[in-house]
Amino acid sequence: MKAYMDNAATTRLSETARRAMEPYYDEIYGNPSSLHGWGQAASAALQDARERVAVCLGADPKEIYFTSGGSEADNQAIQSAAWLGAAKGKKHIITGAVEHHAVLHTVEALAKDGFDVTVLPVEAETGLVRLADLEAALRSDTALVTVMTANNEIGTVQPIAEIGALLRARKIVFHTDAVQAVGHIPVDVRALNVDMLSLSGHKFHGPKGTGALYCRKGVPLRALLLGGAQERNRRAGTENIPAVIGMAAALEEATAELAEAGQRVAGYRDQLIAGLEQIERSHLNGARQNRLPGNVNFCFEGLEGESLLLLLDSKGIAASSGSACTSGSLEPSHVLLAIGRPHEIAHGSLRLSLSRYTTQAEIDHALREIPRVVQYLREMSPVWENIMKASNLK
Amino acid sequence: MGYSEKVMDHFINPRNVGEIENADGIGEVGNARCGDIMKVYLKVDDGVLTDVKFKTFGCASAIATSSMATELIKGKPVAQVLELTNRAVVEALDGLPPVKLHCSVLAEEAVKAAVKDYYDRSGIAYDPALFAGLGEEDPHGAIEEE
Repeated sequence: MKAYMDNAATTRLSETARRAMEPYYDEIYGNPSSLHGWGQAASAALQDARERVAVCLGADPKEIYFTSGGSEADNQAIQSAAWLGAAKGKKHIITGAVEHHAVLHTVEALAKDGFDVTVLPVEAETGLVRLADLEAALRSDTALVTVMTANNEIGTVQPIAEIGALLRARKIVFHTDAVQAVGHIPVDVRALNVDMLSLSGHKFHGPKGTGALYCRKGVPLRALLLGGAQERNRRAGTENIPAVIGMAAALEEATAELAEAGQRVAGYRDQLIAGLEQIERSHLNGARQNRLPGNVNFCFEGLEGESLLLLLDSKGIAASSGSACTSGSLEPSHVLLAIGRPHEIAHGSLRLSLSRYTTQAEIDHALREIPRVVQYLREMSPVWENIMKASNLK
Repeated sequence: MGYSEKVMDHFINPRNVGEIENADGIGEVGNARCGDIMKVYLKVDDGVLTDVKFKTFGCASAIATSSMATELIKGKPVAQVLELTNRAVVEALDGLPPVKLHCSVLAEEAVKAAVKDYYDRSGIAYDPALFAGLGEEDPHGAIEEE
């Protein structure tokens, strides 16, 4: 029995997306910048993909810029808004403590270049940004606020529309990293009041190496990559046509199935949460309401996440962890620390991320194996032994 | 992560897991904040390590190095046990990823801490230099400096 539960890392390509891409490798392979028929056919396909992506987001096609992925879109949005702000004397950036590294590291780099950065704390357990904190942090020289739509680790969905309304009224540029949200929950750029939004194709069953940046009409955007005039001078380089077509097809499909799939996946999520909460000394990370339909994240006291992850892999279950050992650094996940988990508990985290392909059989398999593996690791853990001794003394 | 087959074998099927009742020496090193703790139990008869068990909280390489370290010392005279090095543990496991080398240092320290505890409990005199720095240095820090 196999259960792929690491869809927040990446998803399988949908059949629809794969079929949509096929003609663009060896039939319609022209360069969209070329004037001949081959090129114009590719150019038409690119324009069509742009329109379809725009429709899914409630945007205008002219507001969509294709990129190599979510990280590039985040980098471009943030660097552009920061430097255009600096040109007007605004050198203050606000972000949140649980952002993805594509955002945090970009903002940290800007801090080294002389920008002032405020990192908003988040509510314990849920990881929600508080509007009052944001409002208190705003300054007359704030160039940009960037807050993610949904968290990649703990699935918390932020109050983006409210944040957007607050910032729109003050004419402050607002970017959101919606990489985990698009294709999974309704994302409408007008309803969210955002100026810029990043998305990634492979998070909703599109191909890897694709992404897009929405940039609202009237909000200036600087290029990150210089060269040709592609993407209306905002992103040089010959477009990855097959991948862009695949992403558009995948997004259309995900959007069409969103309501039905979202409900079914949330049901699976709730089964997992209810089952794993039965394990003693387990803690749900992230919000119970405002949560992505496919995200489950727990800390289990007395064990370490990498061991848990690799033992589950040996049982056919693909998951992920925010332990130090899985991150390649010595610190556990900044997200788990930001929501108030102590280091020793943050090391014992497990993320299960579902997709619309997840089956009841996979859920059953996970609910059978995870408690056993947790028990096994705890039995060999001196930390667990101490926890049990301390609780017996009480 | 790139673990060797031997590391995966000792992780999935660790040898010598458990506790020894009335152990002659117990050593515990590491810290939960950093994500790994190892506890080693020794049984000594006539100066020979007749049994050894461990309990470990940590990643796959922490469990595998504990398992291999206990395998390497089992049945040896206690004095010889002190010759165990983290390098020997790493070699016996066909290598560890660089970021995981501190686990092998921890395994060596856990074994030595258990021997020291055995000496202390049985009133056996020893040169303190043998255990110099034990439990003081942060194995993470030590590796990073390399």
